[in-house]
Amino acid sequence: MTMRGAGKIQTGERTRKSFYRRGHGGVPRRAPRNLVSLLAICLACVLFASPVGGQVTFERLVNSAKEPQNWMTYSGDYSGKRFSALDQINRTNVHSLVAKWVYQTGATGKLETSPLVVDGILYATAQDDRAFALDAGTGRPIWMYQRQLPGDIRPCCGRVNRGLAILGDKVFLGTLDAHVIALDAKTGNVVWDVVAADYRTGHSFTVAPLAVKDLVVIGISGGEYGVRGFIDAYDAATGERKWRFYTVPGPDEPGHESWEGDSWKTGGAPAWNTGTYDPVTNQIFWPTGNPAPSNRGEGRAGDNLYSNSLLALNADTGKMNWYFQFTKHDEHDWDATQVPVMIDAGGKHLIAQADRNGFFYVIDRTSGKLISATAYGKITWSDTKDAEGRPVANNQSSPTLEGRTVCPGALGTTNFMAPTYDPQTALFYVTARDQCDIFSTAPQPYEAGHAYYGSAYFPSEEAKPYRGFLKAIDPTTGQVKWKFEHASPTWSGVLSTAGGLVFTGDAEGNFIAFDAALGKAVWHFQTGGAVYAAPMAFAVDGKEYVAIAAGSAVYAFGLP
Amino acid sequence: MGFVGLVLLGIAAHAADDRSPLAGDAKAAKAGEYQFRINCALCHGLGAHGGGRGPDLTRAVKKHTHSDAEMFQVISNGIPGTAMPANGTNGQGVGMTDKEIWQIIAYIRSQEVKAPAKAVGNASHGKDLFYGDANCSLCHMIEGKGGRVGPELTGVGGSRTREAIIDSVRNPSRRLAWGLTEATKEFPQEYESVTVVTAEGKEIKGVTLNEDSFSVQIMDTSEQIHLLEKDKLRSFQKSRQSAMPVYGADLLSDKDLEDIVAYLTSVGAK
Repeated sequence: MTMRGAGKIQTGERTRKSFYRRGHGGVPRRAPRNLVSLLAICLACVLFASPVGGQVTFERLVNSAKEPQNWMTYSGDYSGKRFSALDQINRTNVHSLVAKWVYQTGATGKLETSPLVVDGILYATAQDDRAFALDAGTGRPIWMYQRQLPGDIRPCCGRVNRGLAILGDKVFLGTLDAHVIALDAKTGNVVWDVVAADYRTGHSFTVAPLAVKDLVVIGISGGEYGVRGFIDAYDAATGERKWRFYTVPGPDEPGHESWEGDSWKTGGAPAWNTGTYDPVTNQIFWPTGNPAPSNRGEGRAGDNLYSNSLLALNADTGKMNWYFQFTKHDEHDWDATQVPVMIDAGGKHLIAQADRNGFFYVIDRTSGKLISATAYGKITWSDTKDAEGRPVANNQSSPTLEGRTVCPGALGTTNFMAPTYDPQTALFYVTARDQCDIFSTAPQPYEAGHAYYGSAYFPSEEAKPYRGFLKAIDPTTGQVKWKFEHASPTWSGVLSTAGGLVFTGDAEGNFIAFDAALGKAVWHFQTGGAVYAAPMAFAVDGKEYVAIAAGSAVYAFGLP
Repeated sequence: MGFVGLVLLGIAAHAADDRSPLAGDAKAAKAGEYQFRINCALCHGLGAHGGGRGPDLTRAVKKHTHSDAEMFQVISNGIPGTAMPANGTNGQGVGMTDKEIWQIIAYIRSQEVKAPAKAVGNASHGKDLFYGDANCSLCHMIEGKGGRVGPELTGVGGSRTREAIIDSVRNPSRRLAWGLTEATKEFPQEYESVTVVTAEGKEIKGVTLNEDSFSVQIMDTSEQIHLLEKDKLRSFQKSRQSAMPVYGADLLSDKDLEDIVAYLTSVGAK
């Protein structure tokens, strides 16, 4: 037996011990040299019905809870909880956590990646469409891919990427020049490369795709360039596009009447954060971003569907079952591109979304009906709700030429940073900020490939200092159970683990562990660079790790 | 005098070679105004008059740029060692295309005041005040001479407007000065006042050089650096009341303040 990790292929066992075993298919380091080895592997296949050779099947993604040593989707599972069932690192020993390895990406700017780990290999991305695979136990690289990008790409907010999807023997990358690429998981070789849209008109990808069934689902960026947003699904084997859902309806489609004149053609509503998937109803939940121009409503009168909305799409066809719009006719860049977290509580199937507009929404995911909307940060744009309980904008929120102060500011109460839901504490943890901006109109004509804002915005000095928090919200009441104030606002996502811990990072470069119930910081490590990424957890050879990207490196922490 | 004349001639000749493709285009200047509001006004103010963070760009003579081509370089690549970021890296959103940068330059040129404003004050007297009766140099350093507790001011006259300097002297707490800027960190450290009591009961008063959730680096009023872990302190109190005293007209007359501004401007323009 030449397989690393004792050669025992673990699967199906639900004992905690098995969570930490390396394996589940394992990684052959050398080819088996004799029949006995082959037989041993095949016997293991039969006994445990285990996929071998690193193949990630749809069934494994659906049943990801059975292999908590792995982290196989952007949020760790299809529900978007970003919760790890690993508990080797816990409240009693977290104080002794140490850095086990650091991988330097060599990239500059904001590192937003959330790694995947499958069977001992970590897959992640960095700026300028780098992708790489590491030995998850040592941090040593196995392969590295970097796309040759054109010089005139139009990334709105940094040359960033938030991660990969994995299915079968491939990983999938969306690129800044709006291609979707499949890389061989073992070598990083390009298997297929398809063009989703023209980057010269402001289309790009920054999102981690989501693999569902045999499809790779991905949403476009470019709301700041007046693209017409869409969500695509590609055949994972061939790259053939199977469906496209335009987030701005065309003529004769329902919702088209919510756009004035031809404004739908440049209506924005991008889809640049990873959605979630409900295997029971075969629905993809995917959030959308701001209408374009992002900060000027003149010329696009109406609700501007389906901007700033949560969409429930049939995974096979891309047909919409329902939508819920968080901010109608947005003039403040309040993309609803936050992870829609599936929560089951009190016999109800829910989605919880902490929105950029400052309200925490709970939605029935069967019907799309709103259950509650509660402010979780500083709000000035709304003081009433409609008959369905939806916050309604007041008349003091539209940008003016001389400038008008509105809270939250354009960056929102939260943004793309991934939240977490911990089933053990039944709390939803989210990074939040209190900042108000002055919105001042600056009308621009649409010009293909050019920034299309329509207003300037900058922080209101009156609202200083800008404050950043980690907030723990009880989804049943919408109330903030505890909060921790950071030294300054952070862009870090949040991870919860069965060890009773919540992990996040800060703008000052600290990676921090909190007692999930009490909100007390119980451990921290100075990484040396601001955190713009989301943490995740995995196990190799029976040892739990927690990983975070910070500065220009990926860090993995474990017990000594 | 002859030397200055030659230098000026050199600049003029350089500028003539490096003019914007959109020079003098009024429509481009108007488009540039909106680009300016979106991309530049945060620091340089809505009318390019300087917003308290960045220099007044309506000045005909600028510190870092003379020709349009130089201005293009500065907008594209930023100015190392200053708060001026490279195009597209300030986190405020989209980077500009080349055409949009030229539009902004056309706008800035359209806003320039052709004759530089005459210095109102007496720079020589301002220098005497700075190092003498006004006590500025107890905390501020210029060209290697002075104190360390407050921001270094050698370049301030070149990068801040007269109005911003006067405001920061009269109302020092209204807008705290920026200190250390860290790569990829969104907000620079500000000159916040801090008072701590150590575990041994020792009180330290000073300004924050830097701070995070777990540690703080302080310079006290006698310029000693203290490196402290917050959880080991008996108390930790921050204040947005600047450590700089409020210089009202009773402490510093308008005329004397103009003289100090003239001194800072003469040094900063070098």
